[in-house]
Amino acid sequence: MEAGTPQVVKLEDLHVAGQLSGRKHILSILVENKPGVLARVAGLFSRRGFNIDTLAVGPTDDESVSRITLTLDGAVHPIDQVTKQLHKLVNVLKIRDMEPEETVAREMALFKVSSAVENRAEIIQFAEIFRAKIVDVARRTMTIEVTGSADKIEAFERMVRPHGLVEMVRTGEIAIGRGHD
Amino acid sequence: MESLKAEGVKDVFGIPGGANLPTYDALYDADFRHVQVRHEQGGGHAAEGYAKASGRVGVAFATSGPGATNLVTAIADAMMDSTPTVFITGQVRTELIGTDGFQEADILGATLPFVKHSFAVTDPRQIPEYVHQAFHVASTGRPGPVLLDIPQDLSRADIDYEPRTEPVELPGYKPSTDGNIKQIRIAAKALASARRPIFYTGGGVINGNASEELRELADSDRFPVTSTLMGLGGFPASSDRFLGMLGMHGTWTANQAMDKADLIVAIGARFDDRITGKLDEFAPHAKVIHIDIDPAEISKNVGAHIPIVGDVKQVLPKLTREYRALQTDSSRLDEWWNTLRGWQDAHPLYYEAGKDGEIKPQFMIEALHRATGGDAIITSDVGQHQMWTAQYYGFDKPRRWINSGGLGTMGFGLPSAIGAKVACPDEQVVCLAGDGSLIMNVQELATCVTENVPVKIFLQNNGYMGMVRQWQELFWDRRYSSVEMGASPDWAKLAEAFGAKGMRCEDAADLEEQMVAALEHDGPVLLDVRTVAEENCYPMIPPGNAARDMVEAPRKAVS
Repeated sequence: MEAGTPQVVKLEDLHVAGQLSGRKHILSILVENKPGVLARVAGLFSRRGFNIDTLAVGPTDDESVSRITLTLDGAVHPIDQVTKQLHKLVNVLKIRDMEPEETVAREMALFKVSSAVENRAEIIQFAEIFRAKIVDVARRTMTIEVTGSADKIEAFERMVRPHGLVEMVRTGEIAIGRGHD
Repeated sequence: MESLKAEGVKDVFGIPGGANLPTYDALYDADFRHVQVRHEQGGGHAAEGYAKASGRVGVAFATSGPGATNLVTAIADAMMDSTPTVFITGQVRTELIGTDGFQEADILGATLPFVKHSFAVTDPRQIPEYVHQAFHVASTGRPGPVLLDIPQDLSRADIDYEPRTEPVELPGYKPSTDGNIKQIRIAAKALASARRPIFYTGGGVINGNASEELRELADSDRFPVTSTLMGLGGFPASSDRFLGMLGMHGTWTANQAMDKADLIVAIGARFDDRITGKLDEFAPHAKVIHIDIDPAEISKNVGAHIPIVGDVKQVLPKLTREYRALQTDSSRLDEWWNTLRGWQDAHPLYYEAGKDGEIKPQFMIEALHRATGGDAIITSDVGQHQMWTAQYYGFDKPRRWINSGGLGTMGFGLPSAIGAKVACPDEQVVCLAGDGSLIMNVQELATCVTENVPVKIFLQNNGYMGMVRQWQELFWDRRYSSVEMGASPDWAKLAEAFGAKGMRCEDAADLEEQMVAALEHDGPVLLDVRTVAEENCYPMIPPGNAARDMVEAPRKAVS
């Protein structure tokens, strides 16, 4: 008998593979760079009731191919079903469900913080600790650019919010696999 | 046109308009048949009926704007039932796109949720390639509708045509068809261990042309078979191993068998809510082998213990071979068959016979079976008459039963019958219609007459939208809200007005004879059959309930 198949299959030993992973997933999706492709992907998510947490779209090293990076909650959605539905779109070329340990993920955010003179020093200090950059200073506000994991950006937000967060803009995460692949 | 010919297209359905004039101008000289329908929805359903009857890709044309939006229901219908179809719409001239031009509609955007794929032509040189790709995508893998939207100025451009004969290369589209052999071996062994197995077969068996392969697998042991609405005819209804249809209006035995089974083999079926009933209580004792060409169907609604992604036509023979090699003792199924036979004896399909010549709708389907020798292509609309046909006709062959299963589109029957008759001119094609449904696309009677498509319409006329009335009776305290058809037309006269033959039957004793006369008439016929008005379709799993909560027809007589 073939290696890998048991002699006898007992029905009580059969199980359904787990559906909900319970963690955040980053899907890195290569799509053909054609008009309407994003609409197909976004439409699929809304139609199937999948919630996208963040979404970033950009070019790749091949100009006929774009990359859509999106994050979603594996505690709510069966990721396997999401990726299989995505694969049915003819313009979708490749999907990677990025393994957290094998992945470098980054997001950029811009924070506009109200900065009365007496607070400035503290805000600048936060920015240094987070290795953030001050990219604009006005009379009442400072704008700070932060790059890092989503956790880091959320931590920075918690630090500056008490000082008066005027506006926050985030890009959504992008990700790349570690090492060679 | 040349591209369509290269794809082997013999017949198309459609209506011309401003934006597809160039296509129709080319059609003037083309040597394939164009069936001029009377409404684009009719053209779309005709293309579906054509595809379902023949297995070939159905093609429908429409102009931009309203022509295109009229196709949307047919496109959505083809998506739900995985029907290989190509829809070609005209679009306003390129420079008008995005300006809200006359008869402009973003049909590509409107149909995104309902297409397997779609193409917007932006350069006339794309047309041959896109046509080639559209037919490939529509007809391979899990079939479905593909839309091709061509602006008027691009379809009239003169291009050097070179036929595309090389295989289509779409980097993001590679259906896997063979089935993982390791999984197939595990499935064979699971079958060998099963004591209460059941095959649950669906439209994939029909689409995959795998009826023979299914029969061989079922014959490799004494496996009981049930089928979805879409799968009827995939396994012969006259076989003593066929338990009848399952689901909301399936047989008692088929549903109980699913409920008590220890192993369900789902073959080209998708665990739709009309099959499972209450999902949490569906088949509580069963492990599931799921064979489907669409990986996304596996574990979508019901978790699969042994998933096999592949074309049923390729997978089933491998499973048969592996199972036969195990030489399993068939007697382990004796007890299961005793149980199944007991259910069949105690709970057959039942209706109370009509009195004084009144025509019971179920009797009408039995008469239809006799009149056609059980061998006609039957299309239907949606509702009670559809369920009764599914229950009582007894389809023995694939591609004989054409209906709108997934979307449940009323008005599907007549245009799809036209498509089926065009595809199979030598077959007897009957549209078993409901009066609520038929009127929704009744204009296609003109198509039957003008285009000489002799379909036979057998109208089950009960004066109601019967299935809705049944739900109002059973679940809404008999508050009959907007279900009476009121002053319905005089159907026989209506048929005559269109130039077809009109007939009426009001006595059960005459029914079969009149059906035979209609079938023998050389041309389209509408036979208006006055059936009992308030008959309910049983058995029934009330919506949201489990299979074991199935309700049977109340019996007045002792049986």
